[in-house]
Amino acid sequence: MKYSLGPLLYFWSKPDVEAFYQQAKDSDTDIIYLGETVCSKRREMRPAHWFDIAKDISATGKQVVLSTMALLEAPSEVNVMKKYIDNGDFIIEANDVSGIQIAHEEGIPFVVGPAVNCYNAQTLNLFLKKGMMRWCMPVELSRDWLQNVVNECEKMGIRDQFETEVFSYGYLPLAYSARCFTARAEDRAKDDCETCCIKYPNGITVNSQEEQKVFTLNGIQTQSGYCYNLINDLKSMANLVDVVRLSPLDSDTLSLVDTFRSNELGGTLHQLEGGRQCNGYWHNVAGLDIV
Amino acid sequence: MELLCPAGNLPALKTAIDNGADAVYIGFKDDTNARHFAGLNFTGRKLERAVQYVKDHNRKLHVALNTFAHPDGFDRWKNAVDNAAAMGVDALIVADIAVLDYAATHYPDLELHLSVQASATNTAAIDFYQQNFNVKRVVLPRVLSIHQVKQLARNTDMQLEVFAFGSLCIMSEGRCYLSSYMTGESPNTVGACSPAKYVRWQETPQGLESRLNDVLIDRYEAGENAGYPTLCKGRFEVDLEGESKRYHALEEPTSLNTLEILPELFKANIASVKIEGRQRSPAYVEQVTRTWRAAIDRYLANPEGYSVDPAWNACLGNVSEGKQTTLGAYHRKWQ
Repeated sequence: MKYSLGPLLYFWSKPDVEAFYQQAKDSDTDIIYLGETVCSKRREMRPAHWFDIAKDISATGKQVVLSTMALLEAPSEVNVMKKYIDNGDFIIEANDVSGIQIAHEEGIPFVVGPAVNCYNAQTLNLFLKKGMMRWCMPVELSRDWLQNVVNECEKMGIRDQFETEVFSYGYLPLAYSARCFTARAEDRAKDDCETCCIKYPNGITVNSQEEQKVFTLNGIQTQSGYCYNLINDLKSMANLVDVVRLSPLDSDTLSLVDTFRSNELGGTLHQLEGGRQCNGYWHNVAGLDIV
Repeated sequence: MELLCPAGNLPALKTAIDNGADAVYIGFKDDTNARHFAGLNFTGRKLERAVQYVKDHNRKLHVALNTFAHPDGFDRWKNAVDNAAAMGVDALIVADIAVLDYAATHYPDLELHLSVQASATNTAAIDFYQQNFNVKRVVLPRVLSIHQVKQLARNTDMQLEVFAFGSLCIMSEGRCYLSSYMTGESPNTVGACSPAKYVRWQETPQGLESRLNDVLIDRYEAGENAGYPTLCKGRFEVDLEGESKRYHALEEPTSLNTLEILPELFKANIASVKIEGRQRSPAYVEQVTRTWRAAIDRYLANPEGYSVDPAWNACLGNVSEGKQTTLGAYHRKWQ
């Protein structure tokens, strides 16, 4: 099983981003996704900065993938995405169908990211023809769903033509909006947001009126209130999942890769913390549940 | 500009036609559409009568097949496409690439509209659907400002359809999993958001509580307007710099109403304005259809003299969530 570090979903300062990936270089990950996927107003890191980090990391032998935005509303945003796709060295992760379209036009292989609506083998087959080499399934899907997709892919004779990846740790990206909820929390208009999300390195927790963590606000993205954690489910991924994705929260996420690796056979039962963690989606129940 | 109205049953469909809809959209009675609610949608004789009624009145019928095909149940979506084609409907509203592929391959003459659930917001995404499936129209997600809608319209020859009125989904449609996070069921997988079977109301000493799968969505004081606990429209708590505030963290209960920007939609050459609400009553369909018909006709009669009749807004306000309306993402300030 391979391990990947998903794209950083939060807005950090450039020095913090650089320091984090300096550490990530030495982590036990196989694949590192880089780039801004949430908001085009987050400009601490320019394309050239990401390319520098990408080159630095790929020199260690890890695979680098440049992740692209999920919600593209303006031509300028599509143009920035094109820059990433045309980088000349690295494959990309498409989080919107527009990314798939452009990568296909440019002949660049791509990963289909979790924000692309891909729910069945027929869709994968079409993406394969466009240049897909890996599929990270939508976060709301279960092991059963994945198994059914893989079964269908086997019947179609395409199972060995791409890798499967599962978002396995971190706050789940659940929704994208035109509205910036971080700005709203600060009573700011989006046009006057001053990228205030930089103050919240892991987003803003939203509680219900009885103190249950329900959501995490991350700019225009709404994440789960609980942290998804499939540390106890790795055994059930055997022969089904090729890549386990951990979404970075801080440098602890990097050491977590070792913990995950050592539990592939399910030797240790890690007690998930009720009210803080969850694993429901994988088990085909409400995402926030613990099974 | 086409006025496209919703119908969850035969009386609603007839009402829409009788009150001036140019086209009506419906769903079949299964999980192939995103309003998969008990007692709603069309099958058998009623479906045949619906098709006939629309044909007799020389209007158009669109069928929404706007959920994502399950890997172990693709036949349901195939059958739905086959049925719609056999009935001779005017267009299919499709979200899933697999379903688009099937329809485009087997029924090349059947007009395909890209559902809002496919979340296409830019020209590159539109190109993908046009080139691969010969999609004729794209329904835009409710995430674009009016400026962005105009910009998009200038840069594509694709017909564009926009939401004009109804319950406001504030997320990029088709890419919101909040409902399955809380209940296990989402619009994409099951065809429903915040499904009614998970809703619970309870009077408590703190007030009336609404819950979704046991999660407290809102708590109302006496005299407050209590709304359906759609999970993005509850009151929650956020701690910022040591101060706790309780507010509608994502959105208030409100409906979209674009009567005010109708001239701009005309100028952007929008092909169709869509009314949300297949789950609503024939009375809702009647009031909203009649109001929008009047607005479009007034604009067409005298574009320069168009203004919103206060009576129209009053009428729409009455059938809106929380009795209030908004321009939503069309208006930058909302964002």
